[in-house]
Amino acid sequence: MTKADIVEIVHGRTGFSKKESSEAVEMILEILKEELERGEKVKLSGFGNFVIRSKDVRKGRNPKTGQEMEITARKVMTFKPSQKLKDYINGG
Amino acid sequence: MTKAELIELLVERIERLTKKEAELIVNTVLKSISDSLAEGDKVELRGFGSFKVKERRSREGRNPKTGTRVQVDEKKVPYFKAGKELRERVNN
Repeated sequence: MTKADIVEIVHGRTGFSKKESSEAVEMILEILKEELERGEKVKLSGFGNFVIRSKDVRKGRNPKTGQEMEITARKVMTFKPSQKLKDYINGG
Repeated sequence: MTKAELIELLVERIERLTKKEAELIVNTVLKSISDSLAEGDKVELRGFGSFKVKERRSREGRNPKTGTRVQVDEKKVPYFKAGKELRERVNN
């Protein structure tokens, strides 16, 4: 499924035009991205939580050459699905 | 940010939407993603990321309290991989 399919479903369920539905879907994703960009947690009840974690500088190796190198500090995002979503996907 | 806050922000950004309508749109988007995953179909949202379902095989586990062996059934686990734009924005 792609964004276009979601827009189609929103259009069908809400009666908004495809253009309006598309604008709303894009805006939802943009709001989520802005929030995560600021390092804020996003908690969508019944669906799951998006969390930003900071990772420190650490030493790693180039797996091809075996050469030791520094892996820079970075932020990574993780998604923790809600129990409801996990149950739903397992047919519960 | 919670789902209620996401809905409020959506109303602020797209002023012609009522809160009720914004709520319906947000819930429809999340439901369509959940439905797709429940059907075993992945969801790809360009610029944001993709949701997929991983299958975990059944295994023999142990009750950590008592140490008794238990059969852990096979299950499906939803997971999310951030897209390039989101990864870069989170990491500035």
